[in-house]
Amino acid sequence: MLLTGDLGFGVLTKFAEEYPRQYLNVGVAESNLVGVATGLALEGLTVFVYSIANFPTIRCLEQLRNDAAYHEANVKVVAIGGGFSYGPLGMSHHATEDLAILRAIPNIRVVAPGCLWEVEEATEALARTPGTAYLRLDKSSAGRTNRPGESFTLGGIRTLREGSDLTLVSTGGILSVALSAADRLAEQGIQCRVLSVHTLRPFDSATLLRASRETGAIITIEEHVVDGGLGGLVAETCLEAGSAPGAFYRIGLRAGFSSVVGSQDYLRKRYAMDEGAIVSQALSILRPERVKRNPTSRRTGG
Amino acid sequence: MLNPPEGVATSTRELAKRIRIHALRMTSSGGSSHIGGVLSMADIVAVLYGAILRVNPGNPQWPGRDRFILSKGHAGAGVYAALAERGFFPTSKLQTHCQNGSDLSGHISHKGVPGVEVSTGSLGHGLSIGAGMAYAGMLSGGAHRVVVLLSDGECDEGATWEAAMFAAHHRLERLIAVVDYNKIQSLDTVAKTLELEPFAEKWRSFGWSVEEVDGHDHNALYACFDRVPFAPGRPSCLIAHTVKGKGVSFMENTVLWHYRTARDEEFSRALAELEAS
Repeated sequence: MLLTGDLGFGVLTKFAEEYPRQYLNVGVAESNLVGVATGLALEGLTVFVYSIANFPTIRCLEQLRNDAAYHEANVKVVAIGGGFSYGPLGMSHHATEDLAILRAIPNIRVVAPGCLWEVEEATEALARTPGTAYLRLDKSSAGRTNRPGESFTLGGIRTLREGSDLTLVSTGGILSVALSAADRLAEQGIQCRVLSVHTLRPFDSATLLRASRETGAIITIEEHVVDGGLGGLVAETCLEAGSAPGAFYRIGLRAGFSSVVGSQDYLRKRYAMDEGAIVSQALSILRPERVKRNPTSRRTGG
Repeated sequence: MLNPPEGVATSTRELAKRIRIHALRMTSSGGSSHIGGVLSMADIVAVLYGAILRVNPGNPQWPGRDRFILSKGHAGAGVYAALAERGFFPTSKLQTHCQNGSDLSGHISHKGVPGVEVSTGSLGHGLSIGAGMAYAGMLSGGAHRVVVLLSDGECDEGATWEAAMFAAHHRLERLIAVVDYNKIQSLDTVAKTLELEPFAEKWRSFGWSVEEVDGHDHNALYACFDRVPFAPGRPSCLIAHTVKGKGVSFMENTVLWHYRTARDEEFSRALAELEAS
């Protein structure tokens, strides 16, 4: 079944017309949305719940926790509008704490694809995998990053670029920025490994720890507050395994709420999550003395 | 009014008495009370599990079963007792209620407890889940009913009314909401906290067919449950007027016994009254 909380104008029409018995708009009532989804799932149905930004997550967090997750109900919450996807619409529509909050709740798979291929593969994988999940979609993406014949593993980390100087670990559509930052750094002789973490839980610790040991430096990149999301997950994993990188920085939102609006690209730049900020931080943590001598190379974007 | 078959009310009254006694023991030793709200709903639960609900203790997940959700999860002791009496698990397990390492949490949990459909404890969740189950039943053409037992206090929760609107809109006639209307919530009376009246009219205006009943009259409860849906194409709401703490004179109609745990002298007096009933 596909349930919506009265959102998805245009994009759900085809499904609703083709599968009327499998489509249900419950109205503007997210608590009921997740409760009803749980009831349907407990009766054996696979239920996708669709809404935007924080509405199907934080608004009804207790229904997700007590109803869906505790009962291990086959409910997949899909939120379009990760990060600043709805940048111009204001703080209510900025989804910038969801990853940290949802990854704290047991039994919820947390998935934030970085490219269209990952979106398609993750969606199909989630449909096949019983249990509660959160799928965070983004208006931006890195296009299609799959190699010919590549297979997708829910819970895996994809290595999109090999490198031994620094690892860029990215989640969500901001992957495109991570890849372009890696290009810029390569021009300066810094070879980045780029990891796409499309699944924050379960988490592929092995791939991360190998990258930490082999490159010795990590920058995490997420369109999310720096507290408790990907950056926190990576730091926790490396520290606990005794594989802390020698250099580490979290690219993410450090300014708290944004009362300023703008396009996704604008807000990334404004809050130092753009290509320039990544390059600058990479140079800073890898070669502090060089950056000090050439302050003009710093582009924090703020 | 339809009376229950010969002997049914006698047996459900006996079941209610056992539920009350079990619950008194459980809440007293567990130190997690809510005994007042268990005693108020004991007759409703006894009629449901003793005469109405089609359930199979030997196969708790039997697909054709009626679904029962205790949305007022704090009264879990009463449902655990009913399930044990119906043979879902040994009554000896009831002694573990709220003890270290037990599955029988103070707020009802389904994990490790055969027969419990859904875990609750935070108010205002049960009716939505029940509505989802009833919707699934409508799609599959199943004959089972979904009964959700709510407290009056949880009708303060907006989510309850989100679910109420949804159920009526989708004509979920196999969904039954029973409200244990004991008129006392956690800290004070309903009237002084957040008035629900005109309560039946609220449910009617949300599209439900509504009946009111003395929630301690087994014949009347049976007759109401026996004729749901009260109106075709509508979910049914049964407002059961009850007495909080029913069956123990000094607990009846008092705010104190929402949380208070009966110990020592109080426990002995309460037990004596219930056993003599």
